[in-house]
Amino acid sequence: MFALLRSMWEVFLHAFRKRATIPYPERVAFLPPRWRGRIILSRDPGGQERCVACYLCAVACPVDCISLQAAEDEDGRRYPEFFRINFSRCIFCGFCEEACPTCAIQLTPDFEMSEYHRPNLVYEKGDLLISGPGKYPDYDFWKVSGVAIRGKGKGEGVEERPPADPRGLMP
Amino acid sequence: MPTIHVEGRPYEVPEGLNLLDACLSLGFDVPHFCWHPALGSVGACRQCAVKQFKDENDTKGVIVMACMTPARDGTRVSIADAEAAEFRRSVVEWLMLNHPHDCPVCDEGGECHLQDMTVMTGHDYRKTRLPKRTFRNQDLGPFVAHEMNRCIECYRCVRFYRDYAGGRDFGVFGAHDHVYFGRMESGALASEFSGNLVEVCPTGVFTDKTLHSHYARKWDLSTAPSVCVHCSLGCNTLPGERYGMLRRVRNRYHPDVNGYFLCDRGRYGYEFVNGERRLTLALARGEPVSPEAAVEEASRLLAAARGVVGIGSPRATLETLFALRELVGPERLCSGLAARDLEPLRRAMRGLSGAVPAASLADVRAADAALLLGGDPTGGAPMLALALRRSARVAPVARLASHVPAWNDAAVRQAIQRESGPLFVASTAPTRVDDIATARVVSAPADVARLGFAVARRLGAAGDEVRLHRDAHAFARDAAAALAAAERPVVVADAASGEAVVAAAAEVAEALAARGSGVRLALALPECDSAGLALAGGFPLEDALASLRSGEADTLVVAENDLFRRLPPALAEELLSLARGVIALDCVRTPTVERAHVALPAATFADGTGTLVSSEGRAQRSFAAMPPSGDARESWKWLARLAGDAGGGGRWETEDAVLDALSGLPGLAGARDAAPPASFRLVGMKVAREPHRYSGRTSMRADVDVKEGQPPADADSPLAFTMQGFQGFPPPPLVPRYWAGGWNSVQALLRYQVQAGGALRGGSPGIRLLDGGRSDGGSPSAEAGRFPVPEAFEPRRGEWLLVGAPAIFGSEELSSLSPSVASLAPRPYVGLSPEDAERAGLREGGRVRVGAGEASAELPLRLVPGLPRGVAIVPEGLRAMPAEVRPGGYARVEAAGEEAEPR
Ligand code: SF4
Ligand code: SF4
Ligand code: SF4
Ligand code: SF4
Ligand code: FES
Repeated sequence: MFALLRSMWEVFLHAFRKRATIPYPERVAFLPPRWRGRIILSRDPGGQERCVACYLCAVACPVDCISLQAAEDEDGRRYPEFFRINFSRCIFCGFCEEACPTCAIQLTPDFEMSEYHRPNLVYEKGDLLISGPGKYPDYDFWKVSGVAIRGKGKGEGVEERPPADPRGLMP
Repeated sequence: MPTIHVEGRPYEVPEGLNLLDACLSLGFDVPHFCWHPALGSVGACRQCAVKQFKDENDTKGVIVMACMTPARDGTRVSIADAEAAEFRRSVVEWLMLNHPHDCPVCDEGGECHLQDMTVMTGHDYRKTRLPKRTFRNQDLGPFVAHEMNRCIECYRCVRFYRDYAGGRDFGVFGAHDHVYFGRMESGALASEFSGNLVEVCPTGVFTDKTLHSHYARKWDLSTAPSVCVHCSLGCNTLPGERYGMLRRVRNRYHPDVNGYFLCDRGRYGYEFVNGERRLTLALARGEPVSPEAAVEEASRLLAAARGVVGIGSPRATLETLFALRELVGPERLCSGLAARDLEPLRRAMRGLSGAVPAASLADVRAADAALLLGGDPTGGAPMLALALRRSARVAPVARLASHVPAWNDAAVRQAIQRESGPLFVASTAPTRVDDIATARVVSAPADVARLGFAVARRLGAAGDEVRLHRDAHAFARDAAAALAAAERPVVVADAASGEAVVAAAAEVAEALAARGSGVRLALALPECDSAGLALAGGFPLEDALASLRSGEADTLVVAENDLFRRLPPALAEELLSLARGVIALDCVRTPTVERAHVALPAATFADGTGTLVSSEGRAQRSFAAMPPSGDARESWKWLARLAGDAGGGGRWETEDAVLDALSGLPGLAGARDAAPPASFRLVGMKVAREPHRYSGRTSMRADVDVKEGQPPADADSPLAFTMQGFQGFPPPPLVPRYWAGGWNSVQALLRYQVQAGGALRGGSPGIRLLDGGRSDGGSPSAEAGRFPVPEAFEPRRGEWLLVGAPAIFGSEELSSLSPSVASLAPRPYVGLSPEDAERAGLREGGRVRVGAGEASAELPLRLVPGLPRGVAIVPEGLRAMPAEVRPGGYARVEAAGEEAEPR
């Protein structure tokens, strides 16, 4: 009997607590930057596509909703010829972002992407690519990789010695 | 068998292994880099460290390199020992000091032995901040990409390229921490086996350049066990598809056939499948039509025909040849070969099903003496040349056996130096194995055959002695002695060298067999199913022409054959224009397809399933890696439908049904058992073509349809076009990829073998058909009569005997449609010995007119030192070769120009 009254009292007290419900969409909720919402592809500090088409996000994806095809541009940079995410399958787990070695793929605090037609949830590269670096302003994969691209020859990367002379016998 | 103790438990291992080999084969994971089952041990990488103990009371032990320590009886080792494990971890850390941060853009990623070993040893963090050593790369040609920064100095590449494959233009440079693996300067790798660097190198230094242009990771490829279609040897392959495009071909280990390696034609010829000449739509009078309309039109042609001739092909599968035979009737089946190609093939088949067993490539690799007669196998059957290189080491290595184990590669090489053989080479032109020959003679085909017969008669074959020139005489004497002294010698010839040479080779082998030797006969045949064609039967093309001329027949069904490659253009033209109806089936648009009234698109090895019979007589099933492209399907399916329309009842719907039917033919009974039937299941499942990590399943077709459809069904094989299915270790004929826990690279193959480098778990794929014939039918070659010894060759004045030399790149029909292979095809030329050229007043590079009868064409002249007098060589089967120049007969060769009118 007492337990019953106590429960009723506690429920009654909730009427005076601070409200957790927000009148969305009139008021926009604050979502922390690490929120796992709509996925984007970012650009490096130089403004070029960050994605090097390594396929790691695609293989990490538990629902297999990412597909792409690698290609190489005339500067020697790998990039995705197409890059597609089927958001009608995506579970926003963030595994792709964790797998990405170039900080290209990132989840953002945006979840407002409902559609009436499922095909509209299939995003191509044009829909995914943003103009900035997203959460990681400085990282530039090509500067630390050992592959030569236009503007960065062998031995010109971060922490690299100039190319060795294969015919030299000096220690 | 010695007993070794690993982690305190006893195991029996085969005699004569090293510890690494033994432990890996027992199923232990021992990290390693430089040891390779086919290349042996050199102890270069220090990665395979294990603890070895003196006896059961020794608890301290010493660290040894497992690959350099013999697995003697009583050896006690620990792999898990903390000190050894820490040693291995540090070794990877050192190797990683200079390793670039490349995995995301490295084509090796996901199937990298270095990644696997780094994970296996537990190294995860680069502590040093010292700058990395870098290198510039080289352009190594169209096949192999070079990225030297990734090298870990294991020396596998040079050991394969130079020591195993005999290449000379690649090596190691530098010293200290800047050891460089490459060429003197940029340029295409000269070895015909350079593509194997891609699989031999445990890192991403050497990667497949053709794959790079349409790159996909191993985990994204749909793969199936397949058989190479680019020559008769039947090397096993693993083609991989993604998004409907064939991406690459990898080696599939077959202990008796190709072992660990492929030739570059087999590895890179695949691009024709994606090429622009690929036929994927049915055509009626050159216009694309629906498959139904095409079949209807074809049936109409057949119904209206007065007589139908079915023209087979040495590159059509057994199923297709059988369906063709059933459609037109056995007495109307043409082989699709001209008599000059069919006769040597028949002669070779007689030899291969005679008293001497056909040699597998493994038999050649293990032969302790070899005689090569006729053309250079490098052009027509490349892996045979590589096998001969192996055989040339057998006797020298065996002589060391008592004090140097064969796996100790550095010591063995040091001890044998350049010793090689016995390998006797009697060829029609200089060959790529001349450098390892014990003795060699270059002479005209007739003289090569005479030499062969002379050897046979010295070994006891019946018949008169053959008179030879002085050096040929010495050669025959030495070759006969060496072959007679060997335990398991092999006699090698190429059917393209002509009937006489083939007959001579068979006679030598039979003479040896009669002496009780373990001899084997290796006869390279022209194409991937030449042996199957010979077993299916069929008359020469000339007879087909005769029956059209006589009006007996007026309609042709041509199965995967380009008649313009078989007959002189005028005759091919006549054959096609005499026919009122031509129905052609092919996977590419050939000139014959273009002339056909109805063309039906055939599947290739990549999108169709079928059985091929290799030159060893081994029937092997090749499974489609991908669903058929466009309207293409296996030719036999088209033929079965045509037969059905003609009242035959559309008998076979599935691969198994057609196999059941064809196994009723004599000699083909075993073909059905080359692989398990389509009903075969493992734990209730088909074998999955897609690996368990296949990505993009719900996205790759979402742009077309957001709902995922049913995967295509496959009624023809026990494999499924999905990732759902059996992912473990299926029986060898069904292995679609090599993958095992912790082993993502090709080294996972270890887990599919009983013994590293040895037999596969579950036996060797394929069924040897010719062995069966031997047991029930005596020696067919004896009853077929002996081949007469040809007259000695006499050089003519002003005329040369044109001898065809197949080029590895460019001569085979399908691979020559692959851009990478085509880029290395030789330009057409005619080759003369410098002496002959000088006598005729011709210069290297000058244009000469080559002609027989009316037809003639202009070609540049190439001087070929060592060519016999009176013989000219021309590359065979090149697309760019003028059709007027056909090897096999005599031709005038004279300086081109106005003054050189035909006399
Ligand atoms: S993981 Fe990153 S770099 Fe790799 S394909 Fe995905 S987005 Fe591109
Ligand atoms: S060789 Fe292996 S470890 Fe090195 S970059 Fe390539 S994939 Fe990564
Ligand atoms: S290039 Fe590859 S095979 Fe050659 S030494 Fe380096 S890592 Fe080994
Ligand atoms: S040797 Fe012949 S069968 Fe083997 S890979 Fe080369 S072309 Fe293919
Ligand atoms: S594998 Fe033993 S030292 Fe390299």
